Amino acid sequence: MHTKFVKKTVNCLVGVSLAASLSACMHDDDDDENMQSMNYQVEVYNLTSGQPLTPLAAILHKPGYAPWMLGASASVGMETIAESGDSSTLISEAESNMNYITSMTSSNGPFLPGSSESVTVTSENSDDLHLSLVSMLANTNDAFTGISNLNLENLEKGEKISLYMSAYDAGTEKNTESLGTLPGPADNGEGFNSTRDEYSSSEDYVSIHRGAVTVDDGLSSSVLNETHRWNGPVAKLVVTRLQ
Amino acid sequence: MKLKPIKSLFAASLLFNAGILSAQAASWQVDVTNLTHGIHFTPLLVTAHGASTHLFQSGMEASTDIKAMAECGDTSALITALGGADDDTIDNPAAGLLAPGASTMTTITTTNNYLSLVAMMLPTNDGFVGMDAMMIPSDAGTYTFYLNSYDAGSEANDELMDTSGCAPGMSGIPGAPGEDVGTGGSGVASEDSNLMIHIHRGVLGDSNPAGGSSDLDNTIHRWQNPVAKVVVTVTP
Repeated sequence: MHTKFVKKTVNCLVGVSLAASLSACMHDDDDDENMQSMNYQVEVYNLTSGQPLTPLAAILHKPGYAPWMLGASASVGMETIAESGDSSTLISEAESNMNYITSMTSSNGPFLPGSSESVTVTSENSDDLHLSLVSMLANTNDAFTGISNLNLENLEKGEKISLYMSAYDAGTEKNTESLGTLPGPADNGEGFNSTRDEYSSSEDYVSIHRGAVTVDDGLSSSVLNETHRWNGPVAKLVVTRLQ
Repeated sequence: MKLKPIKSLFAASLLFNAGILSAQAASWQVDVTNLTHGIHFTPLLVTAHGASTHLFQSGMEASTDIKAMAECGDTSALITALGGADDDTIDNPAAGLLAPGASTMTTITTTNNYLSLVAMMLPTNDGFVGMDAMMIPSDAGTYTFYLNSYDAGSEANDELMDTSGCAPGMSGIPGAPGEDVGTGGSGVASEDSNLMIHIHRGVLGDSNPAGGSSDLDNTIHRWQNPVAKVVVTVTP
């Protein structure tokens, strides 16, 4: 009941501002509270053993935008962040989508296993509000973690959503783990390369990652060791509505 | 004229029912299945509790009590902190180890809404299966959860057997119930780089029972998440 009332009031205010007229709606102090923007703290815990996570790219949007889809070819923006950690192309792609609202990237550089990173994103309106988030596993060829289209619409002030995030394979670069191909500290190698050589072009798609093989498990050309492996979830996401 | 008394009677009966409901304990049948192929769970701790209780939280440092559970399979300090075993804190429902592929069942009677579960995984250094404060609906029904394996972050995953006794902080794997481990390994990993409770990366093992880097077997002791299935049947 209360939620419906608030929504109606907000719609009314939007209508007023669009029509540039006060005649359609009566104002009072309660309405002004509803104009306050909503702040969401987006916090990510790195739960891997040996994979730094690159700076968070958090995007608020309405349904209809998705940074990636399982089984579909990765965009150039997703390819870029999954191979290098650079989210700028992904953000540009999102900004050009009609469902984009706002975005925020964390500014402290990669964050290590056992640490966490957070950003705060702000929206004027919670209607149809969704969050997407992407971060690269730095000691990999093209693995990333994140969330696509998390619904925040019904998150009340003070409430939080907590969930585990998987590792995905962007499908844009072979998982050679070899010298010069991994941008993270295990290699300090190459980041983004526009060549798509994961497999044949028909297998250029995003999937759940199979994990790192590493030199300790028989891939002699790998610069990774057993500490760089993971097993299922790689990070915990906690979204808290602050305001 | 007749409406008023009927209304007030109705309101009174609602309040009466609400009072009964809030005091009435629900019954949860909890079934736990070990989904691994070569890992035993040490005696389980299964507990119902309120919203502010956590046995552990991923991304946070392991408590002393959690280290005792994860490194040695000892849940006694955790159980003491929960006020001892009772209707909603169940100690060791499987009456011992829960073998790979095996299931156990227990019943919790509780007015609480959250369920947690922990047990050490053997043979590992400080790996454990865990459920951290899962909210259980009050509606009658059957609810299924899959659990991950965690690394307590408190002991190096050297994958070397040491059955000479166990204490938190000591290196080595304290036991291998399957008796399918080797000896003479040189040690897989030194200190953990992630000192918080995190998702276990799994064990490596090797194919040399009398040497190599690990005392574990790479065809027996590996696993992928999830490692356990929990089915909760709620009877209000």
